[in-house]
Amino acid sequence: MPEPEPPEPYSSGGGRVPDDGGAIAATGAGGAMDLATSEGTTLEKTPGGPEGTGPAGRPRSLWSDAWRDLRRNPIFIISGLVIVFLVIISIWPSLIASGNPLSCDLAKAQEGSQPGHPFGFNGQGCDVYTRTVYGARTSVTVGVCATVGVALLGSVLGGLAGFFGGVWDAILSRITDVFFAIPVVLGGLVLLSVVTSSTVWPVIGFMVLLGWPQLSRIARGSVITAKQNDYVQAARALGASNSRMMLRHILPNAIAPVIVVATIALGTYISLEATLSYLGVGLKPPTVSWGIDISSASQYIRNAPHMLLWPAGALAITVLAFIMLGDAVRDALDPKLR
Amino acid sequence: MLLEVRDLHVEFRTRDGIANAVNGVSYTVDEGETLAVLGESGSGKSVTAQAIMGILDIPPGKITGGEILFQGTDLLKLKEDGRRKIRGAKMAMIFQDALSSLNPVLSVGAQIGELFTVHKGMSRKDAKAKAVELMDRVRIPAAKERVGQYPHQFSGGMRQRIMIAMALALEPDLIIADEPTTALDVTVQAQVMELLAELQRELRMGLILITHDLGVVADVADKIAVMYAGRIVETAPVHEIYKAPAHPYTKGLLESIPRLDQKGQELYAIKGLPPNLMHIPPGCAFNPRCPMAQDVCRADVPPLFEVSPTRRSACYFWKETLDG
Repeated sequence: MPEPEPPEPYSSGGGRVPDDGGAIAATGAGGAMDLATSEGTTLEKTPGGPEGTGPAGRPRSLWSDAWRDLRRNPIFIISGLVIVFLVIISIWPSLIASGNPLSCDLAKAQEGSQPGHPFGFNGQGCDVYTRTVYGARTSVTVGVCATVGVALLGSVLGGLAGFFGGVWDAILSRITDVFFAIPVVLGGLVLLSVVTSSTVWPVIGFMVLLGWPQLSRIARGSVITAKQNDYVQAARALGASNSRMMLRHILPNAIAPVIVVATIALGTYISLEATLSYLGVGLKPPTVSWGIDISSASQYIRNAPHMLLWPAGALAITVLAFIMLGDAVRDALDPKLR
Repeated sequence: MLLEVRDLHVEFRTRDGIANAVNGVSYTVDEGETLAVLGESGSGKSVTAQAIMGILDIPPGKITGGEILFQGTDLLKLKEDGRRKIRGAKMAMIFQDALSSLNPVLSVGAQIGELFTVHKGMSRKDAKAKAVELMDRVRIPAAKERVGQYPHQFSGGMRQRIMIAMALALEPDLIIADEPTTALDVTVQAQVMELLAELQRELRMGLILITHDLGVVADVADKIAVMYAGRIVETAPVHEIYKAPAHPYTKGLLESIPRLDQKGQELYAIKGLPPNLMHIPPGCAFNPRCPMAQDVCRADVPPLFEVSPTRRSACYFWKETLDG
């Protein structure tokens, strides 16, 4: 800002008061200033200067504040690094694994760790390390696509139902009830057993189909909560339109639970893919997936546990990373914790 | 006449039946005038205000009769679109609890500035400058530094000042303040009321002050409307009502204010409870609690009697009340 008069920051506020004689007004304003001064000084210590000299200059928006919080949160940093690493190796698996996950040598079946093959070989004689690395791509694709689909469908339907209420809300709630009644694994066994495609899309489609009611219910609930807040009423009293109330006042206050649940759900979708593949209805060879590998290794768990442990460990770390990320994001998005 | 409410009726349809929240309320507010609407919880004072603002939840609420004339036009005949243009620009509202009335995820500057971007189509930068100006005007110290802060970073009194700044932003002709100081402690209450009264004088706005605090009213209001069970029981210029109330309910309210010269004595309280709005007693709604009630009070709803040209009382025995 161009104004070169920082020594007395309150001069403008006090200077505007026209009646210096009014004792009540003077003491009143003075008392208020004391309050604000103590707040102001504690606050001013952090920025270091009035105008954005430091990176922590001034709060801009909810999201930039959340980002500033996240950068200082070790849980976010660790889970974020794990996820970045997973994303990178799922895009370019050859960066860290030079072999071919589909070239196997039956003569080496079930052999343990040896030079060049740190994780050993699986029942078909394929390199477990290469397959674990390549399996990340499937898991991340399934997790991310299913989550995006579920979050979009669920929050749009749930949010509109929560905002408008009435008949649409009732219809949507009954539909979600129906979907909640379908057991995931049983539904997967029935629906996916008829699918012959070996791509990831039927599995993703199935997850979106069964997953959206969960998010729609959360979105509906948090929109209803946000809608009842006084500030939505206040915004209405100051002339805000429906769309403005929805986008600016309700959405930012209702979106946090959706993001958190979606991030946590991402982990569960990855493990659901493994579950379905384990049961033989999810992905099918030659797709490389942790679920398939866990499934085929489980028969040999007594003789060759390494075949199971590596893909299962990778799965566990991935799921954990996404759940921790969801937790950190939730904390950062809650302004009251700041 | 800035605002004229005529025979307004509002009811709420609930599962247990129909609650008659407002049963024929009429009052007027002139430019630059302050009307204090007084009453217990559930007397219909806030519902009337919400009906004027057009922010009543419909359903369950329903306006079943009456007119709300604002600068000559009947608001109840306007479409939602037309009413939205009036809200914020020509009439604004200040709510009781400033913390919950401010959006926690937006900075106060963004919330004040929003009014200018929405109603006046200003750029964000100009709107922010306006926000600083307004925060200055409601005497928030270091406005320029604090414009980017969030509601929870302000004290209660400061938050209410921000609400006032938002309500005043577009210099409306009418402000409705719904218990603006109830959530504040006593010293801050006085400051906020002082500020509100001063800005109102400066901008010559009409002000409807809804409160149940008689102390707040005495200093700022020009006239008072006392409400009970959805009806106005007494209207009068402010000093006259303090001198001699013309309705037993008003009298009861005034006698239940703690006073220094009564230290150590038992505080007067009006006996009984406000009526259930689903079963308002026949006749005068106050009759079961009224020390002066006669048969006529139980039979017929009293009309507003003219006590003086500026004064009305809905009591058959207003003369006796006035003298006693």
